[in-house]
Amino acid sequence: MFLINCPYCGERDQSEFSAGGEAHIIRPKQPTELSDDQWAEFLFMRKNIKGVQLERWNHAHGCRKWFNMVRDTSNDKIHAVYKMGEKPPIK
Amino acid sequence: MSKNLRITNDKFIDQTSRISFKFDGKTLYGFKGDTLASALLANNIHLVGRSFKYHRPRGIMTCGSEEPNAIVQVGNDASMTEPNTRATEIELYEGLVASSQNCWPSVNFDVGAVNNFFSPLIPAAFYYKTFMWPASFWEKYEYFIRKSAGLGRSPTEPDKDFYDHRYLHCDVLVIGGGISGIIAAKTAAQNNLNTVLIDDKNKLGGTTLFQQNECFKINNTYSSEWLKKEIESLNLLQNLTIKTRTTLAAYHSYNYLLARENLTDHLSLSEKQNKVRQRLWKIRAKKVIISTGAMERPLIFNNNDRPGIILSSSIKKYIDYFGVKCGQKLSLFTNNDSAYETAVSLNKSGVTVNSVIDIRDKTDSLIVRQAERLGIKIYWKHTVVNTSGYKRINSIDIMKLSDDGNEVVGKKFSEDCDCLGISGGWTPRVHLFTQSGGKLKFKDKDNVFLPDKSELEQISIGSCNGDFELDSIIKNSVESINKFLNINNNDYKNLEIVCSKELDKKNIWLLPSDKPLGKTKPFLDFQNDSTASDVKLALREGFKSIEHVKRYTTTGMGTDQGKLSNMHALGIIAETAGVKMGELGTTTFRPPYTPLTFGTIVGRNVGEFFDIIRKTPIHDWHEENKAEFENVGQWKRAWYYPKKNESMHEAVQRESKAARDSAGMLDASTLGKIDIQGSDASEFLNRVYTNAWSKLEIGKCRYGLMLNEDGMVYDDGVTTRLGENHYIMTTTTGGAANVLSKLEDYLQTEWPELDVYLTSVTDQYATVSICGPNSKKILSKVIPDLDLSDKEFPHMSFKNASINNVKCRVMRISFTGEHSYEINIQSSYGKSVWEKCFEAGKEFNITPYGTETMHLLRAEKGFIITGQDTDGTMTPVDLQMDWIISKKKYDFIGKRSLYRSDTIRDDRKQLVGLITDDPKEVLEEGAQIVSETNKQPVEMLGHVTSSYFSPNLNKSIALAVVKNGKKLKGHKMFVPMKNKTINVTITDTVFLDKDNKRLNA
Ligand SMILES: [Zn+2]
Repeated sequence: MFLINCPYCGERDQSEFSAGGEAHIIRPKQPTELSDDQWAEFLFMRKNIKGVQLERWNHAHGCRKWFNMVRDTSNDKIHAVYKMGEKPPIK
Repeated sequence: MSKNLRITNDKFIDQTSRISFKFDGKTLYGFKGDTLASALLANNIHLVGRSFKYHRPRGIMTCGSEEPNAIVQVGNDASMTEPNTRATEIELYEGLVASSQNCWPSVNFDVGAVNNFFSPLIPAAFYYKTFMWPASFWEKYEYFIRKSAGLGRSPTEPDKDFYDHRYLHCDVLVIGGGISGIIAAKTAAQNNLNTVLIDDKNKLGGTTLFQQNECFKINNTYSSEWLKKEIESLNLLQNLTIKTRTTLAAYHSYNYLLARENLTDHLSLSEKQNKVRQRLWKIRAKKVIISTGAMERPLIFNNNDRPGIILSSSIKKYIDYFGVKCGQKLSLFTNNDSAYETAVSLNKSGVTVNSVIDIRDKTDSLIVRQAERLGIKIYWKHTVVNTSGYKRINSIDIMKLSDDGNEVVGKKFSEDCDCLGISGGWTPRVHLFTQSGGKLKFKDKDNVFLPDKSELEQISIGSCNGDFELDSIIKNSVESINKFLNINNNDYKNLEIVCSKELDKKNIWLLPSDKPLGKTKPFLDFQNDSTASDVKLALREGFKSIEHVKRYTTTGMGTDQGKLSNMHALGIIAETAGVKMGELGTTTFRPPYTPLTFGTIVGRNVGEFFDIIRKTPIHDWHEENKAEFENVGQWKRAWYYPKKNESMHEAVQRESKAARDSAGMLDASTLGKIDIQGSDASEFLNRVYTNAWSKLEIGKCRYGLMLNEDGMVYDDGVTTRLGENHYIMTTTTGGAANVLSKLEDYLQTEWPELDVYLTSVTDQYATVSICGPNSKKILSKVIPDLDLSDKEFPHMSFKNASINNVKCRVMRISFTGEHSYEINIQSSYGKSVWEKCFEAGKEFNITPYGTETMHLLRAEKGFIITGQDTDGTMTPVDLQMDWIISKKKYDFIGKRSLYRSDTIRDDRKQLVGLITDDPKEVLEEGAQIVSETNKQPVEMLGHVTSSYFSPNLNKSIALAVVKNGKKLKGHKMFVPMKNKTINVTITDTVFLDKDNKRLNA
């Protein structure tokens, strides 16, 4: 059970959060101009890394804010959290 | 109580307070402070159960949580009885009732014991192999296997006890109150750290608590005396919380731990009343110190499972702590020094020790010399090759070991005994460390797995970290604690410690016998009855992975997770397979460490607290009017309102007819309502719905369809423009929370530039829907000053109004196809407005209807219900709702996906109507649709999604999804059922009032 440092609220139990998958997948600004393959790349393809991954999390039972997290999926270590729109602090 | 089995010992046992209890129907006596196991032993009862497979008599083997045999059923009340409880952990109380399990009909006469005589026929995986085939016979086999095996009885009535859950936050959590744990807790608390010390026993102190031997002294007193003072000094510490009778059940990542505190299990039946029985602590600790100690291993030799064969250290605890002799004439069998401590304790208490059989060559440590001085006979380099005695051991056969230890040599001789203490060395309790994700390393010298790397803020100290001798335990623990807590505590630096040092080690995982392996029974897993031969058989049959061997032989699969002899199983596998133990790896120990009752896991979340129940503000009225309810998510919705003896079908037919003939009313309060405000609200709706919103006038309503980014229909509902920058969106009842989350996600992450604010107002408004040809007349009675003319208040528009000076919103929208209004008013007025409408509608026979009639009425009109007619694979085009997709809009959620090669296929499953040839035949929802009846296999073209008998059309109607359905209109299809095939015709989805005349009627 993680202890997650919400950038808006501070440390809270994992049960207050929901995970939203890989971060920094930007919705294309002009979807109609994309080929089927390009659109499918955005829609379906995820890296599912074993190791350090950038992820989206939502403080669903708290401030309801979305934010990003740097997490090592191999040992569940959370290296950092940062707000939406910010650059990942470490890679 | 056999007097001669008790010695005077008033330190831990109150021998002045006698307690009566019942075991297997017999009344027995013990003392306050006893466990069920110590009291049984004091009554000379060893036989407490039968083994799982062979039904061999089994006795108490340990004094702690690793007990594999003495698993008993406590209590005989239908609601309070608890199976699979370890007699070694049950504290005796007045009125305790316990019984053996795993035997039928009784522990002394057991039908299944016949298995023992056939045991050469019952090798590893016998149950799997024999009872697997034919599959249909399994039910018959299972009855007998379960009846004669029986792992206890479940309670048949609800648990009457209370259980709690509580949170606990601390700087340092110390698990285990033995000598190293006490040092850790004291050090942490003295250094201003908020510290919690937990221990599963009722007293702190571990095994040092009763160590009174000249070979183990601190500052010139017995180590027990020294520790007693340390424990007393803990009471003075402000920062320390001590929880005894508390078992650490699970250790998760980020130092999140679950501990079960036992509050009343040791109390008498009258004292237990109205108290919380157990409490589950949810602990978040900044740092964790594991000091869980080690457990003694058995030795694996022929017939090592007889009642009366007990771990040597447990015999020591029974005599030194409980004052109970496990027998009158004991032998001890060991591969290490600790059995000599037991020999000395027994000797001092006046118990005859026949001999110590030691597989090692002569060794000369302090404790061995002490035993020799007391005249205890020692057989060096000998082993026990067999034991006798059916329900209690009565003699052992002893032989000399060969130099390599692989076989026995010389002449066999016997020794009579009524108890055999065995010691195979020590296994550090690393279970919690591995649960927390820690990696182990193997130490060849001691044949133990020890904590190695961990990602968490934690350390292991004491014997769970591989320190087995008093001086190294103290020295290394103090060093680790200082480093871990970043402090410098010198309190334990200058202790004068005397302790016996083990000089020689020898380990043989499977001891040889004079008989070949196939003819012996060296038990490995006592609870699941698997032997060393079973493990070797599994290896011969080709199993390599330890996890596979474990499952095939069921070694380590019992309620004790094979705590006792997992190491031996690993050792034998490694030896046979010729690999190093460190390379073999271990099996995983999973939470909970010891079994938890369901009561503890659910805590107070039982009965009405199990799941949240949401009720509308009008709920009481529905109840008073005898509605049947349906669960929709967490909501209780009125389903139908049966009159007198009406069946559901009759009620729904009546309600549906009334709504179209005159007037009906529905509680629509559960629909999700999201208040949308901000200068970009219109643009936002443009992006989330498939249709265009910018041109919607203030005061008008519009139906919207929301897709996922993959183009599939997600939710639908009517949204109303209340003002220039103000909308109210309705969602489906079940989708409300998810739609809000999804919209929030887009707003926060994709379109942060939009000035839009979303607020859920579902609970703030009650919604009363009135429909039918007379709805206008009824509303005009309820809100007389509202102009209801079609010109002023047309279909799909909204008006602010008030009822008795309470503001409300009235929408003229329809989900039934009838002329219809929805009144939205503050929740607290919901019921009174409902009642007002009902009163006003009485002259028109206004009929309240529930969700079933609502579903029927909308199906007559071909309106979809997302989640019923859609399943996450339907696009708007599949639903024949092309009209709702804006061609002009540049983008909206899911738009691009509507042009993927897969979504533009014209042979996708599409929504159609179905009419049965026999108008009385109502299809089953979910039934498959085929185009041919005499071909096998036949392609399934689709299925029925909604089906009703329409009282307004007087025929059966259905909606269905059918492959290429759009083009198949008018085609005949078949719906094959179990006993018949139903003929159907594909039609349009709208069955009633195709030109929408009724909306303005
Ligand atoms: Zn937050």
